[in-house]
Amino acid sequence: MMANPENANSEKLREIAKTLRLDVLDMTTKARSGHPSSCFSSVEIVTVLYFGGILKYRPLDPWWPERDRFIMSKGHAAPLLYAALARAGYFEVEKLLTLRQLNSPLQGHPIQRLVPGVEATTGSLGQGLSIGIGHVLGGRLKGLDYRVYVLLGDGECEEGQIWEAAMAAAHFKTSNLTAILDYNKYQETGPISREMNLEPLVEKWKSFGWYVTEVDGHNIEDLIKSFSEVTNIDDRPQIIIAHTVKGKGVSFIEADYRFHGKALTEEQAEKARKEILCN
Amino acid sequence: MQLGEKAGLKPSKPMRDVFGESLLELCKKREDIVVLDGDLGNSTKAEYVRNVFPERFFNIGIAESNLVGIGAGLAACGFIPYIVSFSSFLLCNAYDQLRLSIALSNINAKVVGSHGGITLGKDGPTQMGIEDLALVGGLPTFVILVPSDPVTMKASVFASADHKGPVFIRSSRVAMPYIYDEKNMSFQIGKALIPRDGEDVTIVGCGIMVSMALDASVILDERGISVRVVDLHTIRPIDVETLVESAKKTGAIVCAEEHLIHGGMGSNVARILSEKNPVPMRFVGLRDTYVESAEPFQLLEKYNMSTMDIVKAAEEVIRAKG
Repeated sequence: MMANPENANSEKLREIAKTLRLDVLDMTTKARSGHPSSCFSSVEIVTVLYFGGILKYRPLDPWWPERDRFIMSKGHAAPLLYAALARAGYFEVEKLLTLRQLNSPLQGHPIQRLVPGVEATTGSLGQGLSIGIGHVLGGRLKGLDYRVYVLLGDGECEEGQIWEAAMAAAHFKTSNLTAILDYNKYQETGPISREMNLEPLVEKWKSFGWYVTEVDGHNIEDLIKSFSEVTNIDDRPQIIIAHTVKGKGVSFIEADYRFHGKALTEEQAEKARKEILCN
Repeated sequence: MQLGEKAGLKPSKPMRDVFGESLLELCKKREDIVVLDGDLGNSTKAEYVRNVFPERFFNIGIAESNLVGIGAGLAACGFIPYIVSFSSFLLCNAYDQLRLSIALSNINAKVVGSHGGITLGKDGPTQMGIEDLALVGGLPTFVILVPSDPVTMKASVFASADHKGPVFIRSSRVAMPYIYDEKNMSFQIGKALIPRDGEDVTIVGCGIMVSMALDASVILDERGISVRVVDLHTIRPIDVETLVESAKKTGAIVCAEEHLIHGGMGSNVARILSEKNPVPMRFVGLRDTYVESAEPFQLLEKYNMSTMDIVKAAEEVIRAKG
């Protein structure tokens, strides 16, 4: 697939988002573990990247040197990454239901290249952005003009390595690096503002030398606009701070941190499935 | 006293200079090598590369986690990154990044820890890598190399580039004498060298302890004890064959390393021999303590890691043979 946001059809993308939510729901319910609510807040972001003409990639040639890179730094959203890769044609959709099972490559958190399209090992938080910078520097040395996208969790930004990387990205003027911050406002044990306040986030990233833009992280059209907007920045890395809702799409888990890292029961999943289909 | 003086070894050369020169030579031969520095290039001598190939040299600053992560990204693009800093800072500060981004991902990255052991001396215990071998030993997939002289250092740098997968090279701050002659030495990862052969006891060492073992062998020889010295330059994959053969041949083993005796070279040798061919063993190394600022040889003496401590351990273990 080549990058071409012009052709993106919002209605179709909303349908894909629905499919990915259902995939995540089925996978984590079957595995009886995982982080569905952390996946749900990122669904539209990942949908737009893979299916909205933002990323250029070749599912059957997953390590094509000129591909754009997508690094899922918030590794606990692995089910969403797997679902997007399967739906994009990297591997069979049926495999998704082997998540977290013995002998399946679909590990609870992603392992680099164990699954076609998985660029980095993540799960211990804070590591993806640095790896993304390495991809930028590598592309620069090889004269390739691919872009690198890194999806960060908000709680993840409490890790010191994120700020080491933020500093280095600006220093190396990584203008083809875009971070997306899934700002769903909750970390494992509670609201971020209560547990470890990240604000003022926009000012922090700006002062580290990044171009910062904010967006409703569930609005397909606005996300496409933001991804287009940042490609015009040619002198520094960019971050899209996407305001999202943890558990988005399933009313009874939305914005409820107690569902972090919890799969839904069969009964809850049935209810959730109906809600997702009706949305 | 100089290392290797008793054994009549050729004059020493600072290992970091050898490392810097070897890395530069490697960069001249291979365009896929990149060097990542944690702002210590002037101390590790990785800066030799910076002066000649500035585009392939990245100072990531004083941020080891990010240093390792960026190296992992470059490796994913097909480059072979040499990630260089003090051993203690890399292993202790960036352990999780070494674990996820390199070891678990099993990528083709090389990590070089300088200033391993206690002989960096005056900078004191905060800078000393006394636990680095134990820590890297906890990362499956890493090959672990501890060169013992300028020739094995250069060989380690080149062999690490040819090996596909994570490699850790540890060097010490002190100058080390030449044990080998480049022309008639064959270096192979996982194959220990035997710079001296003997019958009564085997001293297994790595790093500076190999030339110290050779010094100790001369003293022991004067006392009528014939010593085999095994240079265990590769701690993983460990050379089971040479270790077992040495245990069978001499019936007693002394392990000597510039590291805590816990989890380093000696622990690994003991694990192999206890399974395959148990013989009396003794261990020369740092015993459950941090050390202090001083001259390197003062430290080796005070903390019972001197040549004479190796001699003592050898005599003791021979008595234990019964």
